[in-house]
Amino acid sequence: MSPRFEPISGRYMRLELLGKPHRLYFEEAGQGIPLLCLHTAGSDGRQYRGLLNDTRITKNFRVIVFDMPWHGKSSPPTGWQDSEYRLTSRDYVRMIIEVADALNLDKPVAMGCSIGGRIVLHLAHEHPERFRALIGLESAAHTEPYYDLTWLDRPDVHGGMVCAGVVSGLVAPVVPVEEKWETLWHYMQGGPGVFKGDLYFHMIDGDIRGRVDQIDIKRCPLYLLTGEYDYSCTSEATLDVARRTGAPATIMQGLGHFPMSEDPEKFISYLLPVLEKVRAL
Amino acid sequence: MIDKIADWVNADTGLVRRGRFVNTTFMIAIDDAYTLLRIQEGRVTKVVSGPFVTPDYSFCLRASRAVWEKFWQPLPPLGYTDIFALVKQKLMQVEGNLHPFMANLLYFKDVIASPRREAKR
Repeated sequence: MSPRFEPISGRYMRLELLGKPHRLYFEEAGQGIPLLCLHTAGSDGRQYRGLLNDTRITKNFRVIVFDMPWHGKSSPPTGWQDSEYRLTSRDYVRMIIEVADALNLDKPVAMGCSIGGRIVLHLAHEHPERFRALIGLESAAHTEPYYDLTWLDRPDVHGGMVCAGVVSGLVAPVVPVEEKWETLWHYMQGGPGVFKGDLYFHMIDGDIRGRVDQIDIKRCPLYLLTGEYDYSCTSEATLDVARRTGAPATIMQGLGHFPMSEDPEKFISYLLPVLEKVRAL
Repeated sequence: MIDKIADWVNADTGLVRRGRFVNTTFMIAIDDAYTLLRIQEGRVTKVVSGPFVTPDYSFCLRASRAVWEKFWQPLPPLGYTDIFALVKQKLMQVEGNLHPFMANLLYFKDVIASPRREAKR
């Protein structure tokens, strides 16, 4: 069998991020409107490989996916071994703006899932002028912890296995089994304490319930897509954001918390109409 | 149905392998009906139904019969597909020494969901 090469290219970028030198890995494919994609807590940019490979998207959009520091092939900053990783709203917003600037992206579309779906609400609130549009996947204004997060990072429990175990039930039970396990594989490869550190933003620091009403979708259009099987960022929570902002929301049938990786084909069928609206802006 | 968990688990070589370091006894509580399940090296070696006077187990999963019946459907309704979904909605309690459960979460999730296999037949 002769090899088939995917149209994705990956590069490392050296840049100053959050005031420190960083080595950041990102992948991209396509041309046109920049579409900056944000992965979920404890995972990495591989979640968006379905989009990067889909010519229906890449013929009009330059899809860019970066691994956040500490995630995937991006390294943590020097001295990480003596610190505890904790993602804050302030750092997360700043990181996205700084990456967009480093890549000279002119009014990109930002699309994020879970913590990424939360941070696009922060971006809509704080920096609407910087983006052509924002797309929130599994967006909720807040998520209450529903288990003891210390299980995610302790030496007597395998971190990769427990992180995958925790999120496994967030995958819809009807998706292709190989895509479910690919999604979990990414979780099994996270660094120690990284998923837990991301959840600090997701469940504590990133609470935006008190400011959702101030989001003005006339300044930056916001679109919401949520999988029906997601019990962490629920349909109800997304519809509440939609009601309070006026953003259009779609509940995606047969999908869970990781729509772009657990069933890329089905997810893209929901995303394409949104991207058509974005192109028409 | 619960007494057949041993057959379903032990016939699944992949699942037994995933649990090859698991040696514990845990409890499933369906309303006030209690069952102890003994696991040795990933195999379910003993299933005993209560009542018990002094049950000895590491952890217990407790829910009403109505919740368990929905959870064990071949395709459970929304909100009933996963243990943590039930815990979040306060429809299930996971009690006791959670270390064996959390350290082998992917194993126990499939053991506990194994009655769905019978329902599929």
